[in-house]
Amino acid sequence: MLFQLVKAAGFMLGGVIGCAAYFWGTSFILDLIFPSKGKSGAIASRNLRITNAIRPWLFLGPALLALTVYLIYPVFMSLWYSVHDRAGQNFVGASNYAWMINDGEFRQSIYNNFLWLLVVPALATFFGLIIAALTDRIWWGNIAKTLIFMPMAISFVGAAVIWKFIYDFRPEGAEQIGLLNAIVVAFGGAPQAWITLPFWNNFFLMAILVWIQTGFAMVILSAALRGIPEETIEAAVIDGANGWQIFFKIMVPQIWGTIAVVWTTITILVLKVFDIVLAMTNGQWQSQVLANLMFDWMFRGGGDFGRGAAIAVVIMILVIPIMVWNIRNAAKEMKGH
Amino acid sequence: MNPATRSPLMWVVHLSVLLIVALWTLPTAGLLISSLRDKDQLAVSGWWTALSTSSQNIVVRAPGPDTQVERDGKFVISGNLLDGQTGQISAFGFSSREPTAFKAGETAELNDGEKLTVQADGSFEIVSDKKIEGSRGQRIFVTASSPPRFTFDNYAEVLGAENIGRSFINSLTVAVPATIIPIMIAAFAAYALAWMPFPGRAILIAVVVGLLVVPLQMSLIPLLKLYNGVGAFFGVPAKTYVGIWLAHTGFGLPLAIYLLRNYMAGLPREIMESARVDGASDFDIFVKIILPLSFPALASFAIFQFLWTWNDLLVAMVFLGAGPDELVLTGRLVNLLGSRGGNWEILTASAFITIVVPLIVFFSLQRYLVRGLLAGSVKGG
Repeated sequence: MLFQLVKAAGFMLGGVIGCAAYFWGTSFILDLIFPSKGKSGAIASRNLRITNAIRPWLFLGPALLALTVYLIYPVFMSLWYSVHDRAGQNFVGASNYAWMINDGEFRQSIYNNFLWLLVVPALATFFGLIIAALTDRIWWGNIAKTLIFMPMAISFVGAAVIWKFIYDFRPEGAEQIGLLNAIVVAFGGAPQAWITLPFWNNFFLMAILVWIQTGFAMVILSAALRGIPEETIEAAVIDGANGWQIFFKIMVPQIWGTIAVVWTTITILVLKVFDIVLAMTNGQWQSQVLANLMFDWMFRGGGDFGRGAAIAVVIMILVIPIMVWNIRNAAKEMKGH
Repeated sequence: MNPATRSPLMWVVHLSVLLIVALWTLPTAGLLISSLRDKDQLAVSGWWTALSTSSQNIVVRAPGPDTQVERDGKFVISGNLLDGQTGQISAFGFSSREPTAFKAGETAELNDGEKLTVQADGSFEIVSDKKIEGSRGQRIFVTASSPPRFTFDNYAEVLGAENIGRSFINSLTVAVPATIIPIMIAAFAAYALAWMPFPGRAILIAVVVGLLVVPLQMSLIPLLKLYNGVGAFFGVPAKTYVGIWLAHTGFGLPLAIYLLRNYMAGLPREIMESARVDGASDFDIFVKIILPLSFPALASFAIFQFLWTWNDLLVAMVFLGAGPDELVLTGRLVNLLGSRGGNWEILTASAFITIVVPLIVFFSLQRYLVRGLLAGSVKGG
């Protein structure tokens, strides 16, 4: 155990020193080969031009290498695996995709994923917006915000345990120790095993992600609301607008851009949701989603890399529109600078 | 706001925020309170009743006939059913069909002529005219109300017997290097993308923005294959800490580069130009000026990356083994959910141990976290 910690510390130290040595060393060697100090004008400016052209690539080198190995190369390899058999050796054309379309579990996952996409970003953004607007008006708003933001630090698995405890089910007659069933029983209802109810269980799992992500939406939308110019609100007050009108007709339209960013960020997260489903139901009772199905096929029966990769490609395709939108926004913003 | 409409409306605002805060904190509070409760009480009553006296039905077996003593010509077995704990017995019985047949202090006639008396404080007596036969003690059903009990026993149990302590060390082993390493690499790349003109820079920035949202799922299978191949080629295990450190580094880089580049691009141009006029090289400018100025952005990213690597389950499940010296906290917790599904004293205590470090980081460094979030997202609008 001690050895493990020493190893980790050693790797960390080695990594930092190695990085520093690389960046310093390559810069040093570059200047050694193409010196610009103490040379005559023409040679100095030629050498300066050369070093200026090479140095960015030395700075970018390790990052580009890591991005290529861990993200870019895998994207293409996943495409390649998705048209090969389970071991990734023989070309099978589109048969993994054909299997997918006819597979009940896959269709269930797509259906559930769309439910998640409809509900979670909408609710988290909506709650975030409302809470941001409310907490900006009260003196203890910052404390309230901190507490609502807190679930963001909790892992999906930890959150799953927290909520599984809330959804805990005891047979009718026994004392309920799950909060939800206790409330239901107190109001005279019959206790339910919530996470085993097909269709509805999706919503009980979604509640967990909404609980985690509302704080994120709140923080960002709260900053955006504060950035709205005072004059627009004052003008509306003078014109006799009431609180609701000011909020929905004056403030919200001015932060549409930020709302869209929050919405898409949560959408991306929803597409990748895995831990919550694995920990709560592992896809049982018709609660399967794409990311968990993909993980399942990666290891099921020794692993079927073809089908797993094909499911990953589907997730990727769903992400692409947002990716394009993000890149266009970033490009627009860079031109603005 | 106009003062006339202010006060009634403000009450509504205060109340609704209070309600929302309660809704958002109660789940975690319930977990924490439950993890500190006595496990017998936790199993039979909700955590919201933790402060009230709970009533539970328990079955106790009285000491066997070998402990009987002869007194005044009668054979007596005596003792205390509550076993030293404080509490009150309200009812008892000797058959599972009628576990509450008698009130405390009453005497029950057992089937074989023995007489059983149970007092409210738990002391009991079985009296018989003849020697008590058999090898096992009498089963006694009691309804006991016990005062609230809080304990750290659950934590002691999970840290020791359930290997949570070991997993805690493993999580730390994964998260710390995986947080530090990408910062160095990303900082240099971000500087190049922010302040060094070169052909293709705009495209590279676009690629980084695109990679921000590439689902991790796309990387899993090819990297698993790659790791297996590398492991087989060099004759080393495919699932190692080095492997997961590098994987987290790769997955964290797009966000790191993006955040740091945005921040560095916002630094004033004059500082760099005056340094350059004084003859400083790019390397000097970066190390002596940019890096110290970028501290807030570096801190933001470090917090994100630490929370992400500590809380991660997927990467650890794919790239790290499941042995006791490698299983991280989140993985351990998922295993416990499977094997100890009903033992809430174990689950709640384990879950709290897994979330306590991120919560400390969150509460102490929230400022940087918020700043990083804003830098990473608001820009798009």
